[in-house]
Amino acid sequence: MDDFLVIDRISKSFGPLRAVDDVTLSVSRGEAFSLLGPSGCGKTTLLRLIAGFERPGSGRILVNGQDITALPPERRPVNTVFQNYALFPHLSVWENVAFGLRMSRRPREEIRGGVDRMLELVRLSEHARKRPAQLSGGQKQRVAIARALVNRPQVLLLDEPLAALDLKLRQHMLKELNTIHEQVGTTFIYVTHDQGEAMNLSGRIAVMNVGKVEQVDTPERLYETPRSSFVATFIGDANFFTGTAVELQHEGYVRVMVEGLGSPLVLSNGAVTSNQTLRLMVRPEKISLTLKHPPSGERVNAFRGIVEDIAYFGSHTRYRIRAGEHSILAQLQRSRFSGGEIDPARGTEVWMTFHPDEGRVLKLEDAAP
Amino acid sequence: MKRSWFPALLTSGVIVFLFVPLVVLVTNSFNASRFGGGWEGFTWGWYEKLWDADEVWESVRITLKIAVSASLASMALGTVAAHALHRFRSWLQSAHSMLITLPLVMPDILMGMSLLALFVLTGIETGLITIWVAHVTFCLSFVTMVVLGRLQDFDFTLIDAARDLGATRTQAVCKVLLPLLLPGVLAGGLLAFTLSVDDYVITFFVSGPGTTTLPLRVASMMKTSRSLPVINALSTLLIASTFLIAALSFRLQRRS
Amino acid sequence: MTADHQRSKQWLLTLPSLAWLGVFFVIPAVLIIITAFRPADLQGGVGAGWTMETLKVLGDPACLPVVWRTVWLGAASTLVCLALALPMSFQIARVGPRLRQFLLLLVVIPFLSNFLIRIFAWKSLLHPEGPLTKLLIALRLVPEDALLLNNAGAVLLVLIYTQLPFAILPLYAAAEKFDFGLLDAARDLGAGPWRSFTKVFVPGVRRGLISAAVMVFVSALGQYVIPQMVGGASDEMLGNMIARRVFADRNLPHASALAAALLLAVLVPMLVVTVWQRFDKKEATA
Repeated sequence: MDDFLVIDRISKSFGPLRAVDDVTLSVSRGEAFSLLGPSGCGKTTLLRLIAGFERPGSGRILVNGQDITALPPERRPVNTVFQNYALFPHLSVWENVAFGLRMSRRPREEIRGGVDRMLELVRLSEHARKRPAQLSGGQKQRVAIARALVNRPQVLLLDEPLAALDLKLRQHMLKELNTIHEQVGTTFIYVTHDQGEAMNLSGRIAVMNVGKVEQVDTPERLYETPRSSFVATFIGDANFFTGTAVELQHEGYVRVMVEGLGSPLVLSNGAVTSNQTLRLMVRPEKISLTLKHPPSGERVNAFRGIVEDIAYFGSHTRYRIRAGEHSILAQLQRSRFSGGEIDPARGTEVWMTFHPDEGRVLKLEDAAP
Repeated sequence: MKRSWFPALLTSGVIVFLFVPLVVLVTNSFNASRFGGGWEGFTWGWYEKLWDADEVWESVRITLKIAVSASLASMALGTVAAHALHRFRSWLQSAHSMLITLPLVMPDILMGMSLLALFVLTGIETGLITIWVAHVTFCLSFVTMVVLGRLQDFDFTLIDAARDLGATRTQAVCKVLLPLLLPGVLAGGLLAFTLSVDDYVITFFVSGPGTTTLPLRVASMMKTSRSLPVINALSTLLIASTFLIAALSFRLQRRS
Repeated sequence: MTADHQRSKQWLLTLPSLAWLGVFFVIPAVLIIITAFRPADLQGGVGAGWTMETLKVLGDPACLPVVWRTVWLGAASTLVCLALALPMSFQIARVGPRLRQFLLLLVVIPFLSNFLIRIFAWKSLLHPEGPLTKLLIALRLVPEDALLLNNAGAVLLVLIYTQLPFAILPLYAAAEKFDFGLLDAARDLGAGPWRSFTKVFVPGVRRGLISAAVMVFVSALGQYVIPQMVGGASDEMLGNMIARRVFADRNLPHASALAAALLLAVLVPMLVVTVWQRFDKKEATA
């Protein structure tokens, strides 16, 4: 990985609040990267730090080897697509896109060519003379992207690019953003609170929580092997259990005693010692339900419980199952081929089964109750 | 991003510029020096002289009489006018709205002179009544604008809610609309009061013998240098009352 | 409710203010225009018959310099007020709500203090024995015998002082609605602080800017107390001339002709701006 955009131990405080707390990240050239987290996690502040609207308390930001930490926003090789687009209402679409080139005093011919090409890229050539107020939400979005990209930034920052659009348009723009990224090859940094968006748009995601980066990984690895319970709950749903390691097996498997449930066997991701307290995580859709005890085998985890609540979602159904003091969420697909599965009514006794490979041991410092 | 210090500096400078004359005036009212060129010691003397100036207090009485009656009348007229403007959309209201806005930009001297022309041509003796008429005329537009602003912010579903809860139309207006609108009407009235007390130019045209309002009195005092420091004392009292009224209307605006 | 009922209700609510302004605002204004075409009689009244003679007063060589002075004092005070009010409204709109309320109050309080008193304050400040003159002489910024009072500079200064709030308030109202995120966007696209201000903020508040300009200019045109009190004999404005014709010369028709000219000078910019604002609004939202 070449370190194209480097965020080196950046911190930023607003009064007593540490909005960004000692964050280090690096992004490759041409990558599509997301900063994901709930509101107030510091992702927008981090974006504003990269754009230059905020000055960091400490740390450095480098783009392509150049330290830009001290540069004002107008002198950074970085452009931003703002959440509310921030299109200049007194200028036409064409003049909005031309703004950056005019500011850098490019020759007239270059401005005309650049703006026309960019409007073509976002398919807005026939709206060039309109004012922003006359455009739809999706069109405004595309103007904002064109206005930023026309300056050939080394890094394009996109702040919640889909948040202001309705559901239908959002799915369309998602595809569009991916296409534009492929065509221009610029490094894209997205800021979003929507995990679906982040997973669709970017190759890697940094999950942020209270000013810190919890994990940086591909969407798939974030979902399958989250390192903390925060990441596990922020991306998808999860069942958590706390227990004690009772038996270390070969190939990284460990048997964990969970009070009031049983002793499931799960895959651990690191060094685990006997008698250590651990936190386990199982995704709801990894659990299958049967009426009878499944065929026994050492490698199958099966526990008994009672269906407490059922929620029908069309594409799938969710069951809340009570087992002692544990309340466990299971999710079943509705398909003829899902096979062997059942349609239990409320109050039915069922068996919950999951494969040891689907259970995860989370970051150990997280294990405290 | 570092914010430029220039706008902040300029703003402070302008505010100093706005207050320097007032501060000098207030200081000089306690200054034994007649021209206020330098500090020649503290004195209450000018206030004592002011206390004894009976003609000033007679003017204050006339001014208050006109200001109270003119602001009451313009409050009534303005509130009704604002309702009409807010409630109806028609050519009549377009004309009405234009008629209300025009006096706001009409130079005082034109308003004073045209009213004088009206009174001269119709043979009406200028005096207390003509001053009152003039003051109601220019206050009316200001009150209407203030009340209209309030009405535009008013959530009319509250009226529906009151009706839904069993209030009659009149009850809904009396129990919901009026109490919520009252601060706006009072703020408009206060503005009218200040404008009326303040007015010199229009009053100058339409006043008659024996109706010397305070600004007219101040203007004539300014012509004799003997009474200049007394004006300082009088000004200080007027500025203090302006602060008081501003604070009061600030409270009224806050309450909603 | 029937349409008839609605209509009579509308008239009921509209009539009081309509009638009042009709009698005490419209009729007097029309009277002025009519009087401008009447001859004067020797007792200071208005004579019978019609005449165009009075209009000649406008072409009077004594009148032209006054008109010219009125216009340039109005224009100069407008420019200075706008130049001060633009950065100031920008600043007030950017600070937190509490400080903002406080700053607005500070702007409004001198504005609400008695007009004559404010002029009087300047008169004593600029007086040859006054503190400002003494200070400037002490700093050797002006010669010993400098006269700060009774000249066009003093008129301009006091005009600016009294009109400044007229510029600040409409500009602030526009700046308050301005989306300051646009300045981030401008900086992001390579504009420095000054160019973000002139290319994005100023066009963003242009409607407030225009209303402020008209308010200040129109109110400056009608001034007569300020030149009378702090100006010299040769600093008369149109207002002083009108007042002199009314009270000293007792020539109401001549005064009316001048007043009608002033009325026109006030209404034309108003009309132009109203039409422009309609057009501008339509273009922005169509």
